[in-house]
Amino acid sequence: MSEQIRNPSHSPVVAPGYTFRTVTEKISSIVLKGTPRGWYVGFAICFLLAMMLLVAVTYLFIAGVGIWGINVPVAWAFAITNFVWWIGIGHAGTLISAILLLLRQTWRTSINRFAEAMTLFAVACAALFPILHLGRPYFAYWLIPYPSAMGVWPNFRSPLVWDFFAVTTYGLVSLMFWYVGLIPDLGTLRDRAHNTWAKMAYGLLAMGWRGSAYHWQRYHKSYFLLAALATPLVVSVHTIVSFDFAVAILPGWHSTIFPPYFVAGAIFSGFAMVLTITIPLRAFYHLEDFVTVRHLNAMAKVMLVSGLVVAYGYMTEIFLSWYSGNTFEEFLTQNRVFGPYAALFWVLLLCNVVIPQALWLRRVRTNALLLFIISVLINVGMWVERLVIVVGSLSRDYLPSAWGMFAPTAWDWATFIGTLGLFFALMFLFIRLLPMISMAEMRELVQETQPHATAEAAAKPE
Amino acid sequence: MNDFDVFQNVRAKVNAAESAEPSSEELRARFVQDSGAREWNEILASENVAGLEKFLRRDFPRQATLYDSTIHRRAFLKLLGAGLALAGLAACAPPQGEKILPYVEQPERILPGLPLYYTTAMTLGGFATGLLVRSDMGRPTKIEGNPNHPASLGATDIFGQAAILTLYDPDRSQTVLQNGNASTWDAFRAALTNALNAARTSGGAGLYILTPAVSSPTFAAQMDSVYAQFPDAQWHQYEPFNQDNARTGSQLAFREIVQTRYDLARADVILSLDSDFLNAGGGRLRYARDFAARRNVAAGQSDMSRLYAISSTPTLTSTQADNHIALRASLVAGFARAVAAALGVSGVTAPEFENIPANFIPALARDLQAHRGTSLVVVGDEQPPYVHALAHALNDTLGNVGTTVTYSDSVHVNPTDEFASLRALVDDMNAGRVGTLLILGGNPVFDAPVDFDFADALKRVPFSAHLALYADETSRACAWHLPQAHFLETWSDARAFDGTATIMQPLIAPLYNGVSTHEMLSLLTDAAPRASDAIVKAFWQTQAGSDFETRWREALSTGVVPNTTFAARPVSLNTAWIANAPAELPIESYEVIFRPDPTLYDGQFANNAWLQELPKPLSKITWDNIVAVSPATAQRLGFSTTISATGGEHGQVETTEVQVTYKGRTLRAPIWILPGHPNDMVTLYAGYGRTHAGNVGTGAGYNAYALRTANAPWMGAGLSLDDTFQRVSVATTQFHDNMEGRDLVRHATLQEFLQNPNFAQRPEPDISLYPPQNRESPQWGMTINLNSCIGCNACVLACQAENNISTVGKSEVLRAREMHWLRIDRYVEGEGENAQVLHEPVLCMHCEYAPCEVVCPVAATTHSPDGLNEMTYNRCVGTRYCSNNCPYKVRRFNFFQYADWETESLKSMRNPDVTVRSRGVMEKCTYCVQRIRRAKINAEIENRPVRDGEIVTACQAVCPTQAIVFGNVSDPQSRVSQLKADSLNYALLAELNTRPRTTYLAMVRNPNPEI
Repeated sequence: MSEQIRNPSHSPVVAPGYTFRTVTEKISSIVLKGTPRGWYVGFAICFLLAMMLLVAVTYLFIAGVGIWGINVPVAWAFAITNFVWWIGIGHAGTLISAILLLLRQTWRTSINRFAEAMTLFAVACAALFPILHLGRPYFAYWLIPYPSAMGVWPNFRSPLVWDFFAVTTYGLVSLMFWYVGLIPDLGTLRDRAHNTWAKMAYGLLAMGWRGSAYHWQRYHKSYFLLAALATPLVVSVHTIVSFDFAVAILPGWHSTIFPPYFVAGAIFSGFAMVLTITIPLRAFYHLEDFVTVRHLNAMAKVMLVSGLVVAYGYMTEIFLSWYSGNTFEEFLTQNRVFGPYAALFWVLLLCNVVIPQALWLRRVRTNALLLFIISVLINVGMWVERLVIVVGSLSRDYLPSAWGMFAPTAWDWATFIGTLGLFFALMFLFIRLLPMISMAEMRELVQETQPHATAEAAAKPE
Repeated sequence: MNDFDVFQNVRAKVNAAESAEPSSEELRARFVQDSGAREWNEILASENVAGLEKFLRRDFPRQATLYDSTIHRRAFLKLLGAGLALAGLAACAPPQGEKILPYVEQPERILPGLPLYYTTAMTLGGFATGLLVRSDMGRPTKIEGNPNHPASLGATDIFGQAAILTLYDPDRSQTVLQNGNASTWDAFRAALTNALNAARTSGGAGLYILTPAVSSPTFAAQMDSVYAQFPDAQWHQYEPFNQDNARTGSQLAFREIVQTRYDLARADVILSLDSDFLNAGGGRLRYARDFAARRNVAAGQSDMSRLYAISSTPTLTSTQADNHIALRASLVAGFARAVAAALGVSGVTAPEFENIPANFIPALARDLQAHRGTSLVVVGDEQPPYVHALAHALNDTLGNVGTTVTYSDSVHVNPTDEFASLRALVDDMNAGRVGTLLILGGNPVFDAPVDFDFADALKRVPFSAHLALYADETSRACAWHLPQAHFLETWSDARAFDGTATIMQPLIAPLYNGVSTHEMLSLLTDAAPRASDAIVKAFWQTQAGSDFETRWREALSTGVVPNTTFAARPVSLNTAWIANAPAELPIESYEVIFRPDPTLYDGQFANNAWLQELPKPLSKITWDNIVAVSPATAQRLGFSTTISATGGEHGQVETTEVQVTYKGRTLRAPIWILPGHPNDMVTLYAGYGRTHAGNVGTGAGYNAYALRTANAPWMGAGLSLDDTFQRVSVATTQFHDNMEGRDLVRHATLQEFLQNPNFAQRPEPDISLYPPQNRESPQWGMTINLNSCIGCNACVLACQAENNISTVGKSEVLRAREMHWLRIDRYVEGEGENAQVLHEPVLCMHCEYAPCEVVCPVAATTHSPDGLNEMTYNRCVGTRYCSNNCPYKVRRFNFFQYADWETESLKSMRNPDVTVRSRGVMEKCTYCVQRIRRAKINAEIENRPVRDGEIVTACQAVCPTQAIVFGNVSDPQSRVSQLKADSLNYALLAELNTRPRTTYLAMVRNPNPEI
């Protein structure tokens, strides 16, 4: 242990002593054996929160978006903040599963599956908001370019239309990538399940996976192709989301730094969310052997680096508002730092810039509890950052006569917390119904890292 | 058996049955034995079961009543079925008393879809403003000013614009009420006849009539015939904000009551002694027009009039001042004396002033002296008679009489001291001398001085009736309430401030069976009561010589009766009073002045949601009245206003609730800090605090009349303010009044302008990545002359009326969601008492490179070929991105279903050319596209281009100072193009390269360089 703390990067990605069989056994048992009581408690809480979302959305559709605290000038607030935040969270999953796969980072193997699931659920939560925030949500399909009888098309100059394409593409690719990755494991589950219904369900989803050499060969090819396809999305989606702001002429939004700064922020918050989920999960299901200190260390490093890019973004914004000599930009910065929403700015600075500096210390990077606390704070900080960008900029723009403040209503909170509930409820279901760590890839990893164990297993008859 | 035997038999059986009533046990036993299946009827008919029926009747009384009725089961079911069927038919029934028939012959001039315009007039305080009312298929929908009318010249004020909503107000009184219970006109007529018969025997003694100020010649003639029949009847008049001071001042100066009239077009130097002549009084629209015309430097004029304003409360007039002094109300008399002394008026002593720059009064006196005959001294109605008299003396000394000041007969019928008139009435009521009291309009229970206790006095009146638009506070205190006809529902007449008479013609039959004051008086005098049209026409028939019909039609079509303007009359000034100056009020706690609310006036408009939601011009507050103090006074008392933590700045502002104590009476009200307000002085705005105004107005604000006493109805000292340590939320549409150093309202003094005519110009970008805009004629554009704009809000309401804009209520204004397409921004420069307030109307700029158009994902906001930024409501999905990207924040969003789709009467009110919006869509100024299209259609029918000035937007039409000009900017000869070429022309936020089509002409002020 003390050795690991000294240099976790050299520690193994799987604890020694595992064979194909024990890996498969350990992971599949979470799905196929009984449900722990803790799962029920956690799921019930999240499910109730998800039901709160249902109530909030139902009332929203009955009464209209006026139930939120939005107004003119602050016509966007929580909904768009939540949208950007959720989309950002999704990015870590794609980064881990696609880019790290292409870069042959072996440590990604044990976290990619639920990081991808997280992506999928985060995108689902995010995709709710562009629809919910519409004044007339029943016409959301007008953003889709379909051949309407009236010959009207969406306005292709609008970033919201680009958003529609970006998010849809992202959601579909993430789903395909996740599903293709699941296929060998679904086959395993089909073979190991005792319950007839489970056998049939996993069997159907496994699409006839038999584990033949052809299957493996095609599987690998398609998986890598999809990874290559998903890779540009890591950059493109949040770039386009940032265009929602950068294209506008509002001080605080109109900025060319936004695309890289948003992508870095997305990875930053995404890794924070992966850690927020991994650390309790690892403890609860005793997966320390698969998600080792090396993983935590690596993720903390990614967080530190992306956090520094975000901090650079903040600095650039402040510098340019002075350097541009533009009164409106200057005022915006001054207002952001000292205005009525200044407290939020200082919170985001603390959470996103100051506290993550602790990650320079190896002792912190390898301490699961500290990492968990830091990652939760980063999640809070990133949400506040989006709120400051959306609400803070809108509340005081060009004409002082139109300045106005925003305050969230109970429905704003219910909708936001409800999506947290939905997200975690989906995570709970995923953990219970599908292997949260890729068994197939773990077996490969065992083979690569512990050839003697594999040989041993091969020598032993099943 | 003969008939008699049969009868005897039956009788015997019945008696037997009645006497022998079996017990329930007996009956049960019998039925158990008698187990055969038999009908109930059979059992009842059977003689065996004697007394059964009686038993059943006793135990089942409800069923027995049905049994006894003539309707039996089958008949009942038949009727039930028929009733259901007929209930369906009833839904198709026509409104009571109307016959709906299609036109067999098309009436002349009525074409479906094309509006007609009729002249009429509206009165406020007895002064008429001529109107031109649009009628769509018999429904009045929009009020414009009558260009022929001297008090309008085409303009209207906020009250004129909002009158259409009062007409269709569903809360208006719809039935006669007797002691609060629904009654009928017949019942009232019968009761009135009895009361009149009693009065007739005593020569009319005991018959009292109370009206507001009246200028109707027909009404005057009717009162003559009332006096003829009831010689001892009494007529009292009362308006809470009346001309008492001016009348008494006129009596002091001239020993008679005359009407003072100003000619601001000829005035070079104006001294306003606490007068709000641009926004109050009968000539306000005309004065504003004439005043603005003399300050129009944009049109190449370099000579401007100069306005010195002394004000005890900041008003629209004081914000237009070139030199402004905030002065406590009681000090204005002293100021006037100082000016009079400086001008050499004999017998006047000048007091000392500490807070006024030493050279102010001498410089002012020199300026006035230098403009003998073209100067003008104007006094506010709140100022005591002495100041009015002194102003007459000053105008006389300066030789202004006959040039800028003229005197004429009083416009009002029987002008009196109205507080004295009401006092006499209340004394008679308390003494039991009033037998019959007819209150024809007004609301004295609400707005009479509190020490009169008018409601209590009413209890001593045996027969009291109140004719009013609403069953209000006075109606509830009277025995009878009678629904009044709105001025758009009945015939009448009225005089303008210069005496010009207008026949007021109805646009629609009374919606709720209301009657007019003329018809009420007719009930007193005519054996067969006549209708308003007959009464008014009969009166004017007596006035006209020959050829009445032609003259009548001419008067109706032009909106003015020719040759009725009062001629100027000579007056002789006496100066006996001049030494009797009123004492300054001591600074013991605070001095108070009562003023009518800027949007509700004296409270009569309290149930008008448009006026409730209209931001007060200076405080920008809606749905409330406030106690106004200066920043220094508030600071000394520790009162403050803050942006609410739950949203605000635009929307919710929290302020201190104070307890106001004055002459032993108290009330609680929110305090508000008004820059430009004098220190040690408090302004109370009356008109709020209504208890029975209707669903809209009841309960809003505090009632300032609760502190107003008859001996000092205008101003007084000794008011104290105490903190209640409560914070209250006030709904305001603009709290931040600092321009933050931004170039939003560009302004300069006349001297600076003459030195640098291009002071408003800044280097602006002239390149763009976008392709150049289509420049094919026509291209619409607008200029707003900030030098002319007085911030009167008329354009805001005109836009609301024209474009079916919803009101949202206080709770939504608190959340910054008001819907006005046009707002008037108010900025403050300078601090404290000397702060200068700047007004800037802001509406959609119709940018050539509109930021909103780029970002809309569904192309719901697009550019039209003639340069309009169009909003397609049907396509809007409500992302609100356009509003976020609008630097002017002129877009308004329907966060809820704000437009009332339910109330029937409001449906008739709406402009049929404009969509009523639904929830979830964005809306904004369209440049009144419906008016543009109508003009284009007319032009195309006549095969010609649209003429310059043919299209008049609603805001432009209503503007009293003609600050707004609209037209074709691609025609260099058009007025708007010429104004845009002026050196004063600038675009708001031009540095953003949005290329707004709405531009501003910078403000130029003409302060005295010696001060």
